[in-house]
Amino acid sequence: MSDPVFDLTIIWAGIIAFGVIMYVLMDGFDLGLGVLFPFAPSEDARDVMMNSVAPVWDGNETWLILGGAGLLAAFPLVYAVFLPALYIGVFLMLAGLIFRGIAFEFRFKAKTSRYLWNWSFAIGSTVAAFAQGAVVGAYIQGFRVENMAYVGGAFDWLTPFTILTGFGLVAGYALLGATWLIMKSEGSIQNWAFKITPYLLIAVLIVFAVISVWTPFVDPFVKERWFNGVSVIWLLPLFAVLCAGWLLRALKQRRDGSPFVATMGMFLFTYLGLLASKFPYVVPPNYTLWDAASAHSSQLFLLLGLLFVIPIVLVYTAWTYWVFRGKVKAGAGYH
Amino acid sequence: MDLDPLLLSRIQFAFVVSFHAIFPVFTIGLASFIAVLEGLSWRTQNPVWERLSRFWIQVFAVVFGMGVVSGIVMAFQFGTNWSNFAYAGANFLGPVLSYEVITAFFLEAAFLGVLLFGRGKVPQGIHFFSAVMVATGTFISSFWILSANSWMQTPAGFELRDGLVYVTSWSEAIFNASLAPRFFHMGLASFLTGAFVVAGVSAWYLLRNKDADVHKRALSMSLWLILIAAPAQVVVGDIHGLNTFEHQPTKVAAMEGVWETQNGAPLLLFAWPDQEAQTNHFEIGIPRLASYILTHDWDGEVPGLNEVPREEQPPVAIVFWAFRIMVGIGILMLVFAVAGLALRRKEAYTRTSWFLQGLRLMAVTPFIAVLAGWFVTEVGRAPWLIYEVMTHAEGLTPSLTGGMALFTLIGYIAVYAVVFAAGLYYLMRVLRVGLAPEHEMTTADPSQRAKRPFSAASASWEEEPES
Ligand code: HDD
Ligand code: HEM
Ligand code: HEM
Repeated sequence: MSDPVFDLTIIWAGIIAFGVIMYVLMDGFDLGLGVLFPFAPSEDARDVMMNSVAPVWDGNETWLILGGAGLLAAFPLVYAVFLPALYIGVFLMLAGLIFRGIAFEFRFKAKTSRYLWNWSFAIGSTVAAFAQGAVVGAYIQGFRVENMAYVGGAFDWLTPFTILTGFGLVAGYALLGATWLIMKSEGSIQNWAFKITPYLLIAVLIVFAVISVWTPFVDPFVKERWFNGVSVIWLLPLFAVLCAGWLLRALKQRRDGSPFVATMGMFLFTYLGLLASKFPYVVPPNYTLWDAASAHSSQLFLLLGLLFVIPIVLVYTAWTYWVFRGKVKAGAGYH
Repeated sequence: MDLDPLLLSRIQFAFVVSFHAIFPVFTIGLASFIAVLEGLSWRTQNPVWERLSRFWIQVFAVVFGMGVVSGIVMAFQFGTNWSNFAYAGANFLGPVLSYEVITAFFLEAAFLGVLLFGRGKVPQGIHFFSAVMVATGTFISSFWILSANSWMQTPAGFELRDGLVYVTSWSEAIFNASLAPRFFHMGLASFLTGAFVVAGVSAWYLLRNKDADVHKRALSMSLWLILIAAPAQVVVGDIHGLNTFEHQPTKVAAMEGVWETQNGAPLLLFAWPDQEAQTNHFEIGIPRLASYILTHDWDGEVPGLNEVPREEQPPVAIVFWAFRIMVGIGILMLVFAVAGLALRRKEAYTRTSWFLQGLRLMAVTPFIAVLAGWFVTEVGRAPWLIYEVMTHAEGLTPSLTGGMALFTLIGYIAVYAVVFAAGLYYLMRVLRVGLAPEHEMTTADPSQRAKRPFSAASASWEEEPES
């Protein structure tokens, strides 16, 4: 059913892959701030943490929706297998996102009940981060699919391996959040962020090392891909480790911006490594991109719109950022 | 115990979508109202309009925020509980829902920030423009989502291959037979919702004599809108019904409670439909009127429910009663529209206490009518998910067990109960605080500029003594 003239499926794979990493990086740091929330040194620090992401987190949610709708449009099999397979996990993620979103809004209005919204923000963020990490693990694990429909049980996705990837992403998001805070804050709050970042980095490196060693045992296909002779994809984990080194150095030199950039680099290369492990399988272990793709005409119809509309979207989004340019000053809270 | 995943999924979908729906219908109407206020403020430079606009933007921010969080749940419902349907319909539904995101949701999100927090940061004309863009976004959004839904009611422009939908004509599929009446009916419903809530709240302030001179203007505006929209809704509703009669006669048979195909069918005002016995009890009706409305002939033939096998009949009582609730409220709205006109002389509507009290109560009726209307539409097409193409049972997620569906159903009810109780409570506080004093209007408070829906509202969470 694929059309040989030009392969839209690959273009769409690129678009979706880009959308996912955009979402992970952007929502990652603000979920990470939620994970760190209970450990913040003071209520003032919490104000700063929230204010620092106030102008951006709203838009991030729209990327998640675009991800869902885009999958349905371009790779319906992925949509129709992942969501049933991760049924309970998806619910937990949505509940987490609702609670943290609403806490975001109400916390500044509350006085005596503020601690409730603090917890709602922290727990909601952590649950959502964990669920997303478990999704990654479940993807590596693969799904039981027959006749283009998921046939496994409700808790197939919940295994020691996915619990580990869940914690891995919680730690990873926390690291993103901490380095973001280094960039966006000053004084004692920044000091605190500098202090916790190395510990978070160590935690992330340990979890990622365990996952890397474990994954080939979970999936023989991955083992084949990585250990069948030396290949260019070995560069990806190497780059990820180099980014970790860069992060350490930047922390020592107490740089403002580069810790965050280095952490994003770590995420990016790990993500590319993951894609390389599985390509071209999108519903492992049996279905490739092309099996999962929607009809050529549907992919084309939406692509034309995307090419036309997205530039306009980017222009007016950039314009609104420009309207609200400048730093949100610490202390200028919501009183 | 045997839990039926199909029934539970239907209850869950009905619950989350009904919950979601009450917010958009209100924000669509309110967004246009705010755009008008901003336009008036810009044109006339009379501070009254800005005060009103500021107040209603606070309400808008809270309601819009709830629409967003409940909408995110909707985006995943198709996949979690109806994966066979999502998979089979993806070639059409996927692009349509994606278009909604790129043409509407991004537009709303971007300009919402400027509308809520940009006053004083952008020229007044641009601020007005942002209000117009948000209002436009809500209509674009309803266009796409109603196109998806209408296609499920009156599918067109596709062929089935191996059980999957392949679009053969995008224009036929998107502009399918029931889109136009549904879009206009829903658009008018949104205007009516916005108008009756604004009217009800303004009436309440007038009764308490709080800032009466300002709220009087909002009341007057909404009464004019109601005067146009309420009769229009009856006309469009009638057209909508004729459209349904043509494409989904079984649904109309359920709406009218017609069991046997008959000529000169009566318009039933009251009846107790009995699906078991396939008949009505306690019928009270106007002879031959239903035939006349549907066929423009007093003796026209109205096909009954007996035309389809019993297992293809929708649950008649729900459809029958939901339809009467909607139409009843529509007629009540008409009464208020006319009364509002009659009380125009010497501004009697601002003093007539029964009228103001009545408007207060009327503020909830559009929400009831909208939900009732959707129940007619959606329950009435049962057992079909895509009309005469796929049933509810075929569309269900195969791996879904009753236990899983029950778990998430209870979960959603619990989460929504907490979150929306909080939102409603906060909304009440905003209403209690009311208009900001005029002298505070120009203070550009830098702390209020963050780009987040709820933070536009400035009433605080807890009760506090006025200082
Ligand atoms: C006639 C109008 C209408 C109807 C029938 C629906 N919606 Fe809706 N929806 C809107 C009109 C709307 C809106 C006015 O555009 C909202 C309300 C608040 C908002 O942000 O946009 C919205 C929000 C909204 C959002 C959040 C968007 C954002 O973050 O800005 C999503 C994901 C959905 N909706 C999805 C759905 C789905 C899957 C529906 C069908 C089952 C549905 N909506 C029915
Ligand atoms: C926004 C207002 C809406 C309301 C209040 C509403 C209400 C309902 C209700 C009450 C049902 C249950 C019918 C039954 O089980 O017998 C239902 C079913 C359904 N509706 Fe809607 N609906 C709305 C909009 C939509 C839209 C826009 C779509 C699709 C684009 C949609 C798709 C569905 C689907 C897939 C079902 C099947 C699941 C089920 O039967 O519960 N609905 N809806
Ligand atoms: C009094 C005159 C009215 C008539 C004759 C009328 C007629 C109808 C009909 C026949 C349907 C079902 C269409 C179908 O399922 O295919 C419908 C649905 C609906 N009605 Fe009404 N209606 C009236 C008033 C109202 C009012 C006052 C409201 C709300 C303020 C409203 C809101 C809705 C909604 C939201 C739906 C579901 C969406 C749709 O299918 O359009 N209606 N109406």
